[in-house]
Amino acid sequence: MQKAAYRKIRSSMGDKVFSWIVYGFLTLCLLAVAYPLLYVVSASFSSPSAVAMGKVWIWPVKPTLLAYKTVFGYRNIITGFRNSFAYMFVGTFLNLVFTVLAAYPLSRKEFAGRGVCTFIFALTMYVGGGIVPTYMLISKLKMLDTFWVMVVPGMVNVWHVIMCRTYFQTTLPDELYEAAQIDGCTDFGYLIRIVLPLSAPILAVLGLYTGVGIWNGYFNAMIYLSTPEKFPLQITLRSILMLGQVNVTQVEDAEALQNMLALSMLLKYAIIVVASVPVMCLYPFVQKFFVKGVMIGSIKG
Amino acid sequence: MRQHWQFYLIFFLPLIHVIVFKYFPIYGIVIAFKKYNPVRGILGSPWVGLKYFRQFFASPTSWTLIVNTLRISVWSLVLGFPFPILLAIALNECGNRTYKKVVQMVTYAPYFISTVVLVGIILQVTDMRMGVINLVIQALGGQAINFMGRPEMFTPIYVISGIWAGAGYSSILYLAALSGVSPELHEAAIVDGASRLKRVIHIDLPSILPTVVLMLIINLGNVLNVGYEKVYLMQNDLNIRASEIISTYVYKVGLKQSNYSFSTAIGLMNTVVSLILVSAANFTAKRLTGSSMW
Repeated sequence: MQKAAYRKIRSSMGDKVFSWIVYGFLTLCLLAVAYPLLYVVSASFSSPSAVAMGKVWIWPVKPTLLAYKTVFGYRNIITGFRNSFAYMFVGTFLNLVFTVLAAYPLSRKEFAGRGVCTFIFALTMYVGGGIVPTYMLISKLKMLDTFWVMVVPGMVNVWHVIMCRTYFQTTLPDELYEAAQIDGCTDFGYLIRIVLPLSAPILAVLGLYTGVGIWNGYFNAMIYLSTPEKFPLQITLRSILMLGQVNVTQVEDAEALQNMLALSMLLKYAIIVVASVPVMCLYPFVQKFFVKGVMIGSIKG
Repeated sequence: MRQHWQFYLIFFLPLIHVIVFKYFPIYGIVIAFKKYNPVRGILGSPWVGLKYFRQFFASPTSWTLIVNTLRISVWSLVLGFPFPILLAIALNECGNRTYKKVVQMVTYAPYFISTVVLVGIILQVTDMRMGVINLVIQALGGQAINFMGRPEMFTPIYVISGIWAGAGYSSILYLAALSGVSPELHEAAIVDGASRLKRVIHIDLPSILPTVVLMLIINLGNVLNVGYEKVYLMQNDLNIRASEIISTYVYKVGLKQSNYSFSTAIGLMNTVVSLILVSAANFTAKRLTGSSMW
């Protein structure tokens, strides 16, 4: 606000040019990010021939819901959605529980092993076994191709534990803990009655990060799952978008082939939109939290 | 201490989880020095010393892998690192609050798109026959280019799409640092007749320097850890010459060809070099600027 007032008093030529450059740059960024997204959405609603002929530029041409009807006709996509939701909800819940269980003792100086335990956790951020030893462990635990392999290994995210601990240390004053102690509150009671009710913001942020991460991840599922009925949505997407597994039946003449290709192109656009809608719906609500999350992560404690 | 026994009870489950899922795999690294045999297990397999490390460096692929990895990560760093800083400065200098919100909202959005969808979009828009980029090229009278089939196009596509997807999100941190700059500094500079550009250069940039250095250290330490998720999805037979990197190779050799020991050895080497890099970068930064990670 103050800055604006100053600018009214005196705005030199150089400052004006600077202002134009700033707005020009921001507009360029805005268009560069928005255009591909808009194009994908518009293409998915257009007719196959319009997409193939390159008639779609900004808005849908000859709008049709053809692609979406076909997409929701795929059994694999419906299964993928259901599985992804299940992995996301169970995984996020377990992750939050474990994050709080680890972060709360680490935030209290009364916890005697605090230094050692923080070190044990933090070290894993820099050193890890790698992909093969982890796979061998999962296979030893008989977790390959089970529901649990998608949620259990990710239950503790050390980065989240440290963010949560920092949040507890900076927002819950020691006096609160002391007062509760004097009133006879146990350490466990303090967690349930005081810490949990006061930590809604951090839980929202971390839950969001974890949920989006589980929804968007494909690599673990690709490594550990082998039954198609258990595949999350991203695996189904990959098989359609990258491996081109769309049923293109025997086509003789060139025109029919062109139409088939156009239709498969259209389906891919529609699938991209469908898969991104759930997280994009959350986005406007959580943007504020998201920014806050980055801030908490940047504070060292 | 006895009074706070409940802390140990609360901490027990997460601790067990970390020991099992994080430390057991670290122990599993010993197979890099053994000829691992699934029947005999980790302990029963015979020691082979540095055999797999020598094997890696003796093979012609090792050099290609290292060069590819470095090419992708260095370009990502050189082009991708300054961009969020520029964006944050521009957002900070944007006087119109509504416009600033709109730009922020839109540029953060791609962060929510999954890697599979991101690569799907790349494949769609660069498609030979019907991708929008080739449609434009043809409309202007040019020849369609098979972007994904050309090895020399791989790094530019990877880097540009990476900036597209991540710059908005990365700028949040710098924007936060910029909002912490004391207004008194700006007021004093205005009284002294400093232009806006001068204030950005002499006030804003020095104020966010610690944040910039910190992010640079983290990025330098990760030079060898190019995310395999995106590269793996962008690979195809035509561009594999430029797109095979250490981490995708580790996955293919280890889990697809079940060459456990060899794969673990390469992974271990990667981790050790990364650790050295991050320590060195941290040490240098501490010496030069006084800010560091540890």
